[in-house]
Amino acid sequence: MVFEKVAEMLAEKVDCDVSEIQAETKFADLGIDSLDITEMVMNVEDEFGIELGMDASLETVGALVEKIESIVDKK
Amino acid sequence: MKRVVVTGMGAVTPVGNTTGEYWEALVRGVNGIAKIESFDVSGFKHTLAAQLKDFDPTQFIDKLTARKTDPFVQYALCAAQQAVDDSGILEKIDHEEFGVYFGSGIGGFETFCNEHQALLEQGPRKVTPQFVSKMIYNIAAGNIAIRFKAYGPNIAVSTACATGTTAVGEAYRAIRGGYATAIIAGGSEAAIAPLTLAGFGNCLALTPSSDPNAASLPFDKRRGGFVMGEGAGALVLEEYEHAVNRGATIYAEVCGYGSTCDAHHVTAPDPDAAHSARAIAQALKESGEFEASKIYINAHGTGTALNDKTETHAFKKVFGDAAYQLHISSTKSMTGHLLGAAGAIEAIAAVKALQTGVIPPTINLNEPDEDCDLNYTPNTAVTAAPELALSTSLGFGGHNACIAFKKV
Repeated sequence: MVFEKVAEMLAEKVDCDVSEIQAETKFADLGIDSLDITEMVMNVEDEFGIELGMDASLETVGALVEKIESIVDKK
Repeated sequence: MKRVVVTGMGAVTPVGNTTGEYWEALVRGVNGIAKIESFDVSGFKHTLAAQLKDFDPTQFIDKLTARKTDPFVQYALCAAQQAVDDSGILEKIDHEEFGVYFGSGIGGFETFCNEHQALLEQGPRKVTPQFVSKMIYNIAAGNIAIRFKAYGPNIAVSTACATGTTAVGEAYRAIRGGYATAIIAGGSEAAIAPLTLAGFGNCLALTPSSDPNAASLPFDKRRGGFVMGEGAGALVLEEYEHAVNRGATIYAEVCGYGSTCDAHHVTAPDPDAAHSARAIAQALKESGEFEASKIYINAHGTGTALNDKTETHAFKKVFGDAAYQLHISSTKSMTGHLLGAAGAIEAIAAVKALQTGVIPPTINLNEPDEDCDLNYTPNTAVTAAPELALSTSLGFGGHNACIAFKKV
């Protein structure tokens, strides 16, 4: 569920089909830079009501999803 | 000293979103001014502006870039892309010799206002991490360089309403001095917002008129202030031999530039016009000898009481009695005042006038003013075969700039 939501947000951001976004997709391959990732993280925080901390070091969609899930699970 | 020519032009304006549409509209006397639709102006004394029509940034830039950039950068990128495409220079230039001199009077104002509102209403965590890189006024120059891999000198110019002219003039000097082979020069502005409307309005710079055809009235007795416009203009300036060797289409030669300051008052021009006249004289002297009847001047002509009177005085100081032979017009009567982009789109109008032999008019100029008694090409374009075209810009802060073009 987390993955689907993140994929949807990303597809909207870079204007691509949601099917193009996989867990192993790298942000860099989507043309997304560290500022975009930071903005994504902020949007994710709003969407899931959590606090991830500003982390621009995440490289793949899967890594972001895992991080969100680990925090959501703890709640 | 190297010679410098214009080999590409791009314009995004309230009367046309390409150079061709823009020029055709100027010649036809199309008025780009209307009631502001982008926000609610009830409660405002000033309600008119010259806004872009049907502008779609994704014609020139991808959606992700469009989302990450302020409108002033989008306009800049669109104008620059047109100019670069027009010049055909991209595959022919040593990119380390390719520069960008591009300015804005204000910068990313919409971004500034939106993010400030987010800060006040929702707190610091709601300010986008893109804020700074969207808003700072040099970022149009930065984005243009990224797009075209222009590794040469890159300077963001800001001289208020003279920005576009200063950028073109300084780029001319850089190529002339051998510091770059080609430069994308110009200016961009997207500052039609409630805060600027109130600010410019309250310092009595804007016309209170609500009639679009009696609002931007350069050199007319009824003039009562300018009308804000938005858009961007970009010119590819290129070293002459380089342009010739690659078989480029040459639109005009940049042949003179003058740059001075009134050092008088933050907004009002020096009524003596000593230093605005000196900027024009510098550009003229560098250009060589031309009969006044063969000169077109795209005037700053904002439609404020002081500017038009002072600028007319400056023309008389430089040309003496021959000033009456000049062909002058203010295309701001149609485009409104594009602030930092004004000088850039007006340089393009000057080049097109030289190239086509057509002088665009000052529209809605119906009531002569004794302080403004030169030939401002009222209402209808005329054919005049000018040999020299000047464009003047006079900015808040006292910045005076004048650029000159001649045929090659």
